[in-house]
Amino acid sequence: MTARPGPVDGRAVMVDRSRLPEPGPAKPFTFPSIEKSTLPNGLGLWTVTHAQVPVVSLMLLVRCGAAADPPGRDGLAATTADMLDEGSGDRSAIEVHEALARIGAQFDTDIGSDAIVVSTTVLSRFTDRALALLSDVVVRPALRESDFDRVRQLRLHRLTQLRDVPGAVADRAFLKLLYGDHPYGHAPIGSESALTAMTVDDVRTFHASAIRPSAATLIAVGDCAHGEIARIASDAFADWSTGSASLSGERSGDEGRAFERSAESRALPRSPRLALVPRAKAPQSELRIGHVTVARDTPDYHALVVANMILGGQFVSRINLNLREDKGFTYGARTAFEFRRLPSPFVLQVSVQTTATAEAIHEAIGEIADIRGPRPVTPEELALGTAALTRGYARSFETADQIARAVMQLALYDLPDDYFVTFVPSIERVTCDEVSRVMTRHVDPARLLTLIVGDPDAAGANLARLDLGDPQILLPETF
Amino acid sequence: MKLSYAKHTLGNGLDVLLHEDHACPIVAVNVWYHVGSKNEHPGHTGFAHLFEHLMFEGSQHHDRGFFQPLQGAGATLNGSTNADRTNYWEVVPPNALELALWMESDRMGFLLPALTEAKFSNQRDVVLNERRQNYENRPYGLAPMALLAALFPPDHPYHWTTIGEIADLQAVQLDEVHAFFRRYYHPANASLALAGDFDPDEALGLVDQYFGTIDAGLRVGPVRASASLSDETRLFFEDRVELPRLYFAWLTPAMFADGDADLDLATDLLANGKTSRLYRRLVFEQRIATDVSASQNSREIAGYAQITATAAPDHALDEIEAVIVDEIARLAAEGPTDDEIDRGRVQAEAQFVFRLQTIGGFGGKSDQLNAYNVFLGDPAYFDRDLERYHAVTASSLRQAVAQYLDPLRRVTLSIVPRGRADLAAGGSTLAVVS
Repeated sequence: MTARPGPVDGRAVMVDRSRLPEPGPAKPFTFPSIEKSTLPNGLGLWTVTHAQVPVVSLMLLVRCGAAADPPGRDGLAATTADMLDEGSGDRSAIEVHEALARIGAQFDTDIGSDAIVVSTTVLSRFTDRALALLSDVVVRPALRESDFDRVRQLRLHRLTQLRDVPGAVADRAFLKLLYGDHPYGHAPIGSESALTAMTVDDVRTFHASAIRPSAATLIAVGDCAHGEIARIASDAFADWSTGSASLSGERSGDEGRAFERSAESRALPRSPRLALVPRAKAPQSELRIGHVTVARDTPDYHALVVANMILGGQFVSRINLNLREDKGFTYGARTAFEFRRLPSPFVLQVSVQTTATAEAIHEAIGEIADIRGPRPVTPEELALGTAALTRGYARSFETADQIARAVMQLALYDLPDDYFVTFVPSIERVTCDEVSRVMTRHVDPARLLTLIVGDPDAAGANLARLDLGDPQILLPETF
Repeated sequence: MKLSYAKHTLGNGLDVLLHEDHACPIVAVNVWYHVGSKNEHPGHTGFAHLFEHLMFEGSQHHDRGFFQPLQGAGATLNGSTNADRTNYWEVVPPNALELALWMESDRMGFLLPALTEAKFSNQRDVVLNERRQNYENRPYGLAPMALLAALFPPDHPYHWTTIGEIADLQAVQLDEVHAFFRRYYHPANASLALAGDFDPDEALGLVDQYFGTIDAGLRVGPVRASASLSDETRLFFEDRVELPRLYFAWLTPAMFADGDADLDLATDLLANGKTSRLYRRLVFEQRIATDVSASQNSREIAGYAQITATAAPDHALDEIEAVIVDEIARLAAEGPTDDEIDRGRVQAEAQFVFRLQTIGGFGGKSDQLNAYNVFLGDPAYFDRDLERYHAVTASSLRQAVAQYLDPLRRVTLSIVPRGRADLAAGGSTLAVVS
């Protein structure tokens, strides 16, 4: 122990370095409360007042994403999302972006398996103009053929470039091997053949049928009141009709649930245990290890979140401490249950130095197997994992954009309004036994697929001793 | 618009900046050391960053991982190194502020007794893997190595990248860690900022208690070096890529110097986003490029501006080069439009307000206070920083472009697919990169 005198207000105080200071009682935190209403056309409007900084985050969630791509049209939802800001009414794409720039807006379009999200953050004095622009791009995109040709071409070029990005190659190949023809079997960007076959009419049809107010929620968080947003939004989105046609993409009400049931019943392929995408002389192997497991609505959600924290969800997780801090094989390793509306992937991802490929896979699979029972979670690990999730929870609600994203999760996964309030106690109820139970139930080492993007000779050495069989070799052009 | 704060200097010279924000029950602790890769020397590159890794491996009174107690208290934390500074931060619940101060002060005062050959060798392997992941195994990932080496002479400390050379990382010895810590890691070369939900008197008392007894250490003098380009350097190398990419780079004013804000706005209006002049011509109208971007990279003792464009299949880098040269010449001759200046002004205002939204992490309010304090000795600079952007006029921007984005004093780099040296922009010679 080292104790040294230090001056504070003229008094000498001792610094106790013999032990770490214990945190005192936590400060209470009031979670954002959501005000909700529905516009006449069915568009849900959710707002949270958060007036610290004169900023408003607006987010339009459409519960329809890449999983709704029709057969042979992988990439249609993403292309449609990409076309939204490519001109509206008489305005060109550039004019739309000039209008956004004149109000200093941050503007983004995101696409996932289950949703398209168009979002913008602006100074609050521009809220009305931002809502009008948001409506223009989502409801009244021009969807011109010449713009479509350009956007499609850029996306094809992007696909070409992704062939050289090991992480992107790994993600796409992994989804294909896990899900096959299931709606989650392709990345949102789609494939070269599907993009080549796509027409602007596909985009127009998809837009008309999938991007509808009944499938959408407008979320506004910031220096704004619900009534004011409702008034502006009613005006801005007044001519967004409820529509009539329905694609498989429609994701609200009974039809949406029917789509999910039919997708869920589609058989998943039988994945190989080991697959390799050759990348000659690569200095690292990009690895994905996992399988399909439960969806976001599993009652085991909180226990799986805690289990993942301990296994590979934080810096001090078992897998990162092993592969990075003990072995030095990697810059970082992590695992995740990538929860979605339908059965979702559990995946470990890591880039390891090529010479350590087989040993890293052996260690990683060992850690996944061990946490189910052979080396169960200790009370100390549980306390650490739980505390990391709960004690810092307030931090996720600091900015308007963070709150909007948190609220969006409720809308996307049909979570109750008191979800934030119950999160901490639900996490705190998880026990060590429950971690073992849910990991045994939902993760099976014998079913894990291991995918390597790396040098076939150097990374391939010693793979035989993993006992996973011969690797299935995939060429980047085939997925 | 202000970023309010109180500044105190402890007896040992440690600057302490306090910014209260009680909106959310969290506190940001942010420490800057005024040392980066520009304090390194040829043959010893990558060291400042490798050292940053060692700061997370435990100190004398907590000789275990740095993350565990903090994550257990609900913290998020990280650190980073660039050419000019190294920063470390935690965002903690208010009840863990004392823990964070304990941990930060222990590694500021007592790192070396806990440092072992095993930790050192492990983190060297981690850093070599970081380099493989983010540079060597990434398409176009070695571009910064080639550009910086061509822009700055070999004895200039911006000649090398912060991640460093592989051979240097492999050669470094543990005793260099000791010397480096003694030279740079002490209160006289550091600045501590707290932002968030805390009581300032109580927090200052804790800071003084934990940091006040650490030896001040020696002040570190400024790094001096100069660079100039007298002609154009045209380089290329082959990489595992599908599409050729063209880079232009120029030497420009340092951070906060005259012309810095002008070039920041000029690079935006040339090549950032769909409203930019080059996006419109290269990607939207002529469709000869798949993307284009630009930036003014302002650093403490010099800056460099960069424009990057990737060729669409079957289009030559020479075609793209001609358009870029033409657009720069037009901007240098005619200046921006009133609309471009107005948009730049609103965007700058919005970006500054957005920066006030978060207390911690990279770029949060605590990080900004330390940046202004370390680089300018003036944490109050936030609103004057915005003023720099509001002061830009069509004429000042035009002049900065004409003066600095000079086609005759430029580095031009082509990165082409393997075996396709013929796709490099005309007149390029092979660059050696590793």
